[in-house]
Amino acid sequence: MQRARLYAPPVPSLRFVPVWRRNFLVWHKLALPSLLANLADPLIMLFGLGWGLGAVLGEGLGGRSYFAFLAGGFLASSTMYAATFESLYSAFSRMHVQKTWEAIVNAPLTLEDVLAGEWVWAATKGFAAGAAMLVVVALAGYAESAWALAALPVALLAGLAFAALGLAVNALANGYDFFSYYLTLVLTPMMMLSGVFFPVTALPAALEGVAAALPLYHAVELARGLLAGELAARAPLHVAVLAAYAALGFYLAVVLTRRRLLA
Amino acid sequence: MNAALEARGLRKSYGGTQVVCGVDLCVAPGECFGLLGPNGAGKTTTLRLCLGHIEPESGAARLVGLPVPERAREARAQVGVVPQFDNLDPDFTVEENLIVYGRYFGLRDRAVRARVPALLEFAGLAGRAGARVPTLSGGMKRRLTLARALVNDPRVLFLDEPTTGLDPQARHLIWERLRRLTQEGRTIVLTTHFMEEAERLCHRVAIMDRGRIIAEGAPRALIAAHIEPQVVEVHGPGAQDWCAQARHLAARLERVGETVFCYGAELEALLATLGGRDDLTYLHRPANLEDVFLKLTGRDLRD
Repeated sequence: MQRARLYAPPVPSLRFVPVWRRNFLVWHKLALPSLLANLADPLIMLFGLGWGLGAVLGEGLGGRSYFAFLAGGFLASSTMYAATFESLYSAFSRMHVQKTWEAIVNAPLTLEDVLAGEWVWAATKGFAAGAAMLVVVALAGYAESAWALAALPVALLAGLAFAALGLAVNALANGYDFFSYYLTLVLTPMMMLSGVFFPVTALPAALEGVAAALPLYHAVELARGLLAGELAARAPLHVAVLAAYAALGFYLAVVLTRRRLLA
Repeated sequence: MNAALEARGLRKSYGGTQVVCGVDLCVAPGECFGLLGPNGAGKTTTLRLCLGHIEPESGAARLVGLPVPERAREARAQVGVVPQFDNLDPDFTVEENLIVYGRYFGLRDRAVRARVPALLEFAGLAGRAGARVPTLSGGMKRRLTLARALVNDPRVLFLDEPTTGLDPQARHLIWERLRRLTQEGRTIVLTTHFMEEAERLCHRVAIMDRGRIIAEGAPRALIAAHIEPQVVEVHGPGAQDWCAQARHLAARLERVGETVFCYGAELEALLATLGGRDDLTYLHRPANLEDVFLKLTGRDLRD
C-alpha cells in the first residue's frame, strides 16, 4: 500500500450507519444479559466499597460520602470497560473470526466506514453502561441535581476515546489472548492512577503528572463533578483531552487496520 | 460495449514474493469466465485486486467501466461477491442476513423484504426465511451466500471457489443457478480448482500458475490445443512392465506412481494390449480440462 494512502485521514461519511445498525440488531437480541454483564461488576464494587469502605472512611472526602466519590469514578470506568470490551473482543470476532468486515467491504463500503461503525457502536456500548450507572446512582440518591444529566455526553465522549484506543489495539492482535496485555498492563494501572478509588492528590507527585495524561482521569473528573452538581474547574481541558484521545485514537486505529487488512 | 472487467499488467507481492506477476484479463459482459489454478497460484489475490480491495504495485484494472481501486466503491455497488469462506452473520436469521446486507447497498428494508421470497426460491431455501444460520447445512449456507450476493441485483458476480466442500447435489444446484444467472445476462467471474466445474460452466477460462496466466481460451479450444484427444489410464502392479511394451502405441505417456497415463489420437492398438490382463485396470476416456491443467501446471503437490 502506498504511504500516502496508508496515512490518509479518513473521510467522514454516514455510510457507517448500517454497520452500527448491524451490531445493534445483534445486541438487541440479547440486550438484557449483555447490559447486566456490563453492570454487575462495577455495581458490586460500587455498593461493596461505597458502603463497606465508606462506613470506615466517614465523610473524609471534602464532606461527601465515599459512595458519592466512587459513583463518579465508576460511572467513568464502567464506560471505559464497556467500550473497551466491545472494541477488543467483539470487534476482533467480527474482523478475524466471523469475517464480517470482509463481507461488508464487498458492498460499496470502505474499511474506514466499517471502522467508523465499530467505533461509534463501541462508544454506544460505553454510553449505555455509563447511562445505566447514572440511573442506579440517581436511584441510590447520589445525583445531586439536573447537572448529573450532563454526565451522559461525557460518557459518550469517553466511550469514543476508549473505543478508538480499543480498535487500535484490535488491529495489532493475533488472538484473544493478546488483549490481556492491554487490560492488565494499561487499563488496570489506569484505574488505580485516575482517581477512581481515591483522589489523585494522594499519589506521589510524579504519578500525579502521569494521571493528568490518562483519558480515564479526565472522564472521572468530569463525571464526579457533574454528579455532585457542579462543572469541574478545568472542564474545557478535560473535554479537550478526551476529544483528542478519541480523534487521534481513531486515526491510529484506521492506519493500523489498513496496514493489517489492505497491505 | 465496455468490458465488465478489464485488467492490464497487474502485479502484487507480499513480503518480497510476487504473488501476481503481470496478469491481463478481459471479461465481456454476459460472459462466464473461470480463473483456474492450483492453491497459491494467485487467484484470490487477483480477485481482490479486481474488486479494488488491495492496490496493485503496477498495472491497472477497470470494473464495470470504472477504474479500481480509485472508484472501487462505486463499482462494487453493481457487483456481487461470493467469498471463498462463508461469512454470513451467525446471529441472524436467513432473512435478516439479506436485509442487513441490503442496507450496506443503501437498500430499504421494505424493498429487500419484498425480494426475499424470490431470492430464497432461487437459492433453494424457500420457507427458510426465519431459520437461524447455525441450523443450516454447509450447502444451504453456500446458497444463502449466493442469494446475499444477488441482493443488489448485480451486473457482475464474483465467486471464489463457489462449490468447494459441497456434496454433488448442492454442487449441481449451484451450477444450474449460475447458468441461469448467465442466461439473465449477468457476467460471472469465478475461481475454481474443479476442472469439471469450469468445463461445464465457463465460456472461457484462464489457467493461472505462480502468479501468471499460462493459458487462456474456451475449454474445448484449450483441450484441442494442448492435449491429445484420447486418454487411457492404466493402473496396477504390472503397469510399469506393460508400459515398456506399450510406449510406442501412444503419442505420449506419463507415469505417476503405479498409474500410467497414455495420450493419443488413436489408442485402439494400445487398448488391444490390455485385453485379458487381470493385473491391470484401465479407464478409456476423452481428454478433459484437467489433463490440460495438469500438463501445464505439473503434478507436484501445492500447499
